[in-house]
Amino acid sequence: MSSLSKTILSIILLYVTANSSLLAREGDQISIVGSSTVFPFATIVAERFAKNTDFKAPVIESTGSGGGLKLFCAGIGLDYPDITNSSRAIKSSEKEKCTASGINPVEYLVGYDGITFSNSKQAKKFSLTKEEIYKAVSAKVMTEGKMIKNPFKLWSDINPELPKVEIDVLAPPPSSGTRDAFVELVMHSTCKKLYKMPKKGADGYKENCSSLREDGAVTEAGENDNLIIEKLAANKDRFGIFGFSFLDQNNDKVQGSMVDGVSPNMDTIADGSYGVSRPLFFYVKKEHVGVVPGIQEYADYFMALTKSGGPLEAAGLIPAP
Amino acid sequence: MSNLKKRKRVEARLKIYGVASITVALLMLATLLISISLNGYSAFRQAYFKISIPVDMSQFATENGSLSSKKLNLYDWDGLVNQSFNSIFPDITKRNDKRKLFQIISSNSGYDLKQIVKNSEYSIGQKNMVVWLPLSDDADQYLKGRFNIKVPEEDRRLNDKQIIWIDTLVAKDIAKLKFNKTFFTAADSREPESAGILGAVVGSSLTLFVTILFALPLAVMASIYLEYFARPGRITDFIEVNINNLAAVPSIVFGLLGLSVFLSTFGLPRSAPLVGGLVLGLMTLPTIIIASRTSIRSIPPSIREAALGLGASQLQTALHHVLPLATPGILTGTIIGMARALGETAPLLMIGMVAFIMEVPNSFTSASTVMPVQIFMWSDSAERAFYERSSLAILFLVGFLIFMNLIAVILRKKFEKKW
Repeated sequence: MSSLSKTILSIILLYVTANSSLLAREGDQISIVGSSTVFPFATIVAERFAKNTDFKAPVIESTGSGGGLKLFCAGIGLDYPDITNSSRAIKSSEKEKCTASGINPVEYLVGYDGITFSNSKQAKKFSLTKEEIYKAVSAKVMTEGKMIKNPFKLWSDINPELPKVEIDVLAPPPSSGTRDAFVELVMHSTCKKLYKMPKKGADGYKENCSSLREDGAVTEAGENDNLIIEKLAANKDRFGIFGFSFLDQNNDKVQGSMVDGVSPNMDTIADGSYGVSRPLFFYVKKEHVGVVPGIQEYADYFMALTKSGGPLEAAGLIPAP
Repeated sequence: MSNLKKRKRVEARLKIYGVASITVALLMLATLLISISLNGYSAFRQAYFKISIPVDMSQFATENGSLSSKKLNLYDWDGLVNQSFNSIFPDITKRNDKRKLFQIISSNSGYDLKQIVKNSEYSIGQKNMVVWLPLSDDADQYLKGRFNIKVPEEDRRLNDKQIIWIDTLVAKDIAKLKFNKTFFTAADSREPESAGILGAVVGSSLTLFVTILFALPLAVMASIYLEYFARPGRITDFIEVNINNLAAVPSIVFGLLGLSVFLSTFGLPRSAPLVGGLVLGLMTLPTIIIASRTSIRSIPPSIREAALGLGASQLQTALHHVLPLATPGILTGTIIGMARALGETAPLLMIGMVAFIMEVPNSFTSASTVMPVQIFMWSDSAERAFYERSSLAILFLVGFLIFMNLIAVILRKKFEKKW
């Protein structure tokens, strides 16, 4: 090895070891984890926060709501995140875990996200009920009081008024929060209200009420919602399930079907008349406020940007009324 | 006789099959590269507008006559840009129209202006400056013709008025597509017009540097030991089997290992290139060991025996004779491992490098991300302008790989010895 490369090596090794902050993260940077649905909004807030204040830019990871709360509740200290985003409220089991670690999570409701059932702009706009959507995508459906394998091939099989077009739906994968919310808001609600199925956890509930069909009528798309939109634009008989912010950005290519007579848009999601919407939150670790600079300021800044007419609304977040 | 003809026919067929498979592979590669290039080339340019901004620089002066960054930070730059932009269209006075007007310029333009002022030589006495600032991503896509204006107005991101305003700007020659310097000098941003690849390139470089620093010496030592010192036996066999198995372990497992060892036990920071490099180093270690051993084994025994015969110790034989000759093979193995590490995202997910990071990392412990993660995050964004940017980033990643391979070829040529 030449003396030159030896010098370079030793300089670099010195640099690595001299970096005193080897243990834990740098204490002046907020660490945020959590939901991939809140992620695009949180990044907008973080960018503006860093550019308009003297605080350092927060680091935001997209870990999913469950993964985020798990990291968040693991403990206090710079090894653990300060804030977690969530597309659902914290569960009681998660809260217990937090309390056990001495954490008091402070909840902030930032707004709502709608889940749309959309197709290409070149096709007719559909008007569906939750039950019709359930019948189109569920692995099992109820006929004469019994759960049988989904027999519907065409939309007109479900409701004669619907067109004679083959059912072809792109659904998000089970790992996605959109899928969870869709299953809960459309499928579970149909199961409970219309079919009077027993509550969660009962025998057969999962395959009757949570499983999508696997006979080709429903295809699982990847996590990438842009890809779903490309595929819808290419095939006008296809439907896709994705979040409202993607519909909002691609209004020239796709349209959201009416669900129970209501079209998805900012107003109907905000006032709750569009039935397939869910609240979005973030949770702040109170114990870190004052330790890591800027946490409270970030939270306040986030809430200020969620106001109607703000940049988050422009990105597709529906402000809380 | 007929047998010979038959054999020749078979040979000819085999040749045709070979040519056909190469053609198919090349065609696929070409299709991929061409389609990505077609999507991505437009990201080389970005729509900017020229604006003359009246600002009295003396108000930012400190007592000794230099610019005060505190005063600069407190100033309302967004308001200033919006006001100046409004003066290009003096007849727009209604609140709602103004809001629509300001949507066609980048929401970061105030910040960009502040940075321009901070970084350049505007003298204190100056009262007016002329700068180019970015238009919004929607306006940018419209100017690039990637915007469908045939659909009804309410379904578009830009309404008729906004399109007329943009056309006016272009007609006056104060808005045009210019080279997108930001893409090569900035880290990630939520606004496509402010987003750049530099943060990810630096992150990838830092990470790979740690990887090579960690994996290469370990792998070379391990292979020298296994080839020269280890006595054949059960333990050596056991080690060998394990190394071969490790090379096939899914990469996410190394991420989990990194999470529990480096983060939880040693308390190293999340999202840091140091940890990313160590994890990827662990992942590439078996690949490099296997390649190094093969290459050491392929050195003719005569060279080794000659050295030993002349009285060299095992160490001297290994370091002075075998290793220099084995270097080309070891380098090839290293580059294969590095190329895999460069494209890897799964193990980095567990240690927090799949994150939104706005600053170019400046040390091995500052939060950073890597190029494949950046591509993944952009391709997952709703804004359409990110689509072309992720394509360009893919081309960049491919370029980075070619560059790495080129270095390997050059080094290999340099060390290659014939005997």
